[in-house]
Amino acid sequence: MLFDPIVLLFLSSGLFLGWALGANDAANVFGTAVGTKMLSWRSAAIICSLFVVLGAVISGAGTTHTLGKLGAISALPGAFMTALSAALAVFSMTRAGLPVSTSQAIVGAIVGWNFFSNNPTDSVVLTKILSTWVICPLLSGIIAIILIRLFKFFAKRISIHMVFSDAYKRIALILAGALGAYSLGANNIANVVGVFIPAQPIPPLAIGTFVFSSMQQLLLLGGFAIALGVFTYSKKVMMTVGDQLGNLSATAALIAVISHSVVLFIFASRGLEAWLSNMGLPTIPLVPVSSSQALVGAVVGISILQGLSAIRWVVLGRIIFGWIITPILACLICFMGLFFLRNVFGLVVI
Amino acid sequence: MVISARLFGRTKELETQVDTFFDQLSEAAVIYRLAVRGYLREGITEEFAARLEDVCDKEAEADKLRRGIKLSLYSNLLIPDSRGDVLGLIETADEILSLFKSSLWALDVENPDIHEDLTAGYRRLTNMVVKSVDELAAGCRVFFRSPHLVSSYNAKVTLYEKEADKISTGLKKQIFSAEFALAEKIQLREFVDRIDAIADQAEDVADRLTIYAIKRQN
Repeated sequence: MLFDPIVLLFLSSGLFLGWALGANDAANVFGTAVGTKMLSWRSAAIICSLFVVLGAVISGAGTTHTLGKLGAISALPGAFMTALSAALAVFSMTRAGLPVSTSQAIVGAIVGWNFFSNNPTDSVVLTKILSTWVICPLLSGIIAIILIRLFKFFAKRISIHMVFSDAYKRIALILAGALGAYSLGANNIANVVGVFIPAQPIPPLAIGTFVFSSMQQLLLLGGFAIALGVFTYSKKVMMTVGDQLGNLSATAALIAVISHSVVLFIFASRGLEAWLSNMGLPTIPLVPVSSSQALVGAVVGISILQGLSAIRWVVLGRIIFGWIITPILACLICFMGLFFLRNVFGLVVI
Repeated sequence: MVISARLFGRTKELETQVDTFFDQLSEAAVIYRLAVRGYLREGITEEFAARLEDVCDKEAEADKLRRGIKLSLYSNLLIPDSRGDVLGLIETADEILSLFKSSLWALDVENPDIHEDLTAGYRRLTNMVVKSVDELAAGCRVFFRSPHLVSSYNAKVTLYEKEADKISTGLKKQIFSAEFALAEKIQLREFVDRIDAIADQAEDVADRLTIYAIKRQN
């Protein structure tokens, strides 16, 4: 089976979304480290790109399956429009200065496709995904509160010179960032290529005895798109995040990144899901969650410890408004786009 | 060990520079006390000249360390979120060394005649001032390791500075109630102020230290 060049055209919307995700969400992972000058942007971009690709290829399948369950888009033009509408929603929200979540945009777009195709939306899966939008920031905030309390407890008992303590924090920021980038790749790759997987657009590729399935190639391609976004456009966003979170100390920044990374990892880890299941405990759904939501949740958690007055309620309100409006906007764009593709270009979108 | 040295070589060097800087401050305080006590006892002697030279050496060494610390902090991007505070602390603490030096220089140049009934006051004032600097140096060292413990050291600096103020006021009253020439009274008061200014500077540094410690704990 030969690779059809037209496939790349249809995949372009997903790759664009991947690029946007790399440009924006890398800032959640390394923004604080770069903004506080604990790490140079070049080092951050190299580490972030490498671990995003690894996360996407090694652990990206779990969340991708969940998105597939929400809406199995079997026609490539339909998948193209779904990814494009998510990307456009993200782009327009960014232009409006509202924080973006590619996870919410893609879910909104898939629901839009379901509406258009009269395909019933699996309410169980949708509820599962919607619940994570509340659980994710909440969990991240709780983890941040626990971690900062633990840090302060030990900091008072262990006497380390400030210059060494900062050197350790720098290393910890790199490790947490690498974990965050891995988790970002693992968790959010579904947003980038998830909608294309049921359509199987790329033929399997055999190199020697190894055969790379269509899905593996898509995950790798998506990983590269995210990495490209990191390298070409994340610098400005990282600096902005660093400035916005300027009130945070290096310790608080580190805790925020660790909490964010842990939450993303939890929602992408098949191993953890299997372990919880074996132990007879309720499992954590493998759902693409928002990296921005996780970081905001952690920052709010840390701010709560400093007193409720430390929270900028107006900013938080804008962020929550963005979380509500993004999926709705993506859903509307997708519905109208599919209508346009089918009726103007006569493409099969369902 | 090799990896550790490569990873933390610059960090270790900066730690040593900072610790050595505060060692210079503590040692200069001890030498200053010995020099003033020696002057009050015997006037300008070879021993006094040697101690003056020692204090000058400490001040020069501290200046060199201050420049080295500044260079390390900015060229190696170390402790980015606290480097301004650390430099502010080092620079204001360096002023204390300059005050030690200028105070001893003034004694050496002017060689004031300190009457026997005033020497006890000058000695007590010097002791109190040196105690405030000792506590400050200890507080600064603690700031780099356990910032939450700084407040108790700073409280002592403030206490000693207040005591120094009381002693200096009493000493000035004693000077101006004595039957000296006005020029001599002004000269003796000038020396009281020079010594007392050291405790004032220590208190200013301690005030900064309090803020830096609070920032570091958040």
